[in-house]
Amino acid sequence: MTARIGVITFPGTLDDVDAVRAVQRSGAEAVPLWHADADLHGVDAVVVPGGFSYGDYLRCGAIARFAPVMTSVIDAAGTGMPVLGICNGFQILCEAGLLPGALVRNDKLHFVCRDQWLRVENNTTAWSTRYDSGAEVLIPLKSGEGGYMADDATLERLDGDGRVVFRYVGENPNGSLGDIAGIANETGRIVGLMPHPEHAIDALTGPSDDGLGMFYSALDALGVAA
Amino acid sequence: MARVVVDVMPKPEILDPQGQAVAGALPRLGFDGVAEVRQGKHFELEVDDSVDDDTLAKIAEGFLANPVIEDWTIRRVEQ
Repeated sequence: MTARIGVITFPGTLDDVDAVRAVQRSGAEAVPLWHADADLHGVDAVVVPGGFSYGDYLRCGAIARFAPVMTSVIDAAGTGMPVLGICNGFQILCEAGLLPGALVRNDKLHFVCRDQWLRVENNTTAWSTRYDSGAEVLIPLKSGEGGYMADDATLERLDGDGRVVFRYVGENPNGSLGDIAGIANETGRIVGLMPHPEHAIDALTGPSDDGLGMFYSALDALGVAA
Repeated sequence: MARVVVDVMPKPEILDPQGQAVAGALPRLGFDGVAEVRQGKHFELEVDDSVDDDTLAKIAEGFLANPVIEDWTIRRVEQ
């Protein structure tokens, strides 16, 4: 059986093509999903890719969160379907309430675009089992509103429950509290991160192939051999 | 019809780098004495009389503002 992983395209999405390529490279079938179509076409997992959905109007992800396809994603996530939000996808999952907190303007106001070292803090989520705990991975980061914010109680809960999946290594690139680059929900099936694993799947187009592990991990979680 | 104004501001504890940049620019422009600037959003809604306060509260809290990072106020203004 080949896993079928959906990749959503909203108006203004940029990284759906690379996300499809990463899904295919991992050995899964990539299924394009359209923002206006509530049908998930029977996919086993969903990637919400990066870009500027709806032009980032109002707030990043605030309008995409109400797209018909997201209503279905929220329902499916509630029954345990793995969901990965990358960059704008992370912002959308936070706006949708699938992940806690919010992403705000980078503290130095600059759009940050660089290859970023991350430390794997939790290798038990559906999207991170292929990494060694504490491993450092090199993944591109490209965002203007990547500062992770949450209230103190939420941050304590994330830390206490081990729900921080990735932290920035070295200088904090955007003012994220706790150097948080990515988090998971309570069950570890839903993960969001600002850096772009789909841009790090081979030496030809990225700084490493460290990002592929996230997609392989999802196949493991789905019980499919890669 | 009525005009409703919704003002959305970053919570006090949330860093507002845009407001800081504006505050930082003022002395360079020759305007001294402005201690702090916070930047937010101002929405003007033209609504039917049938839209009640509960509905407006849902619009503000559920869409126009993100309660994780923003505070908001709602007021009806005389036309």
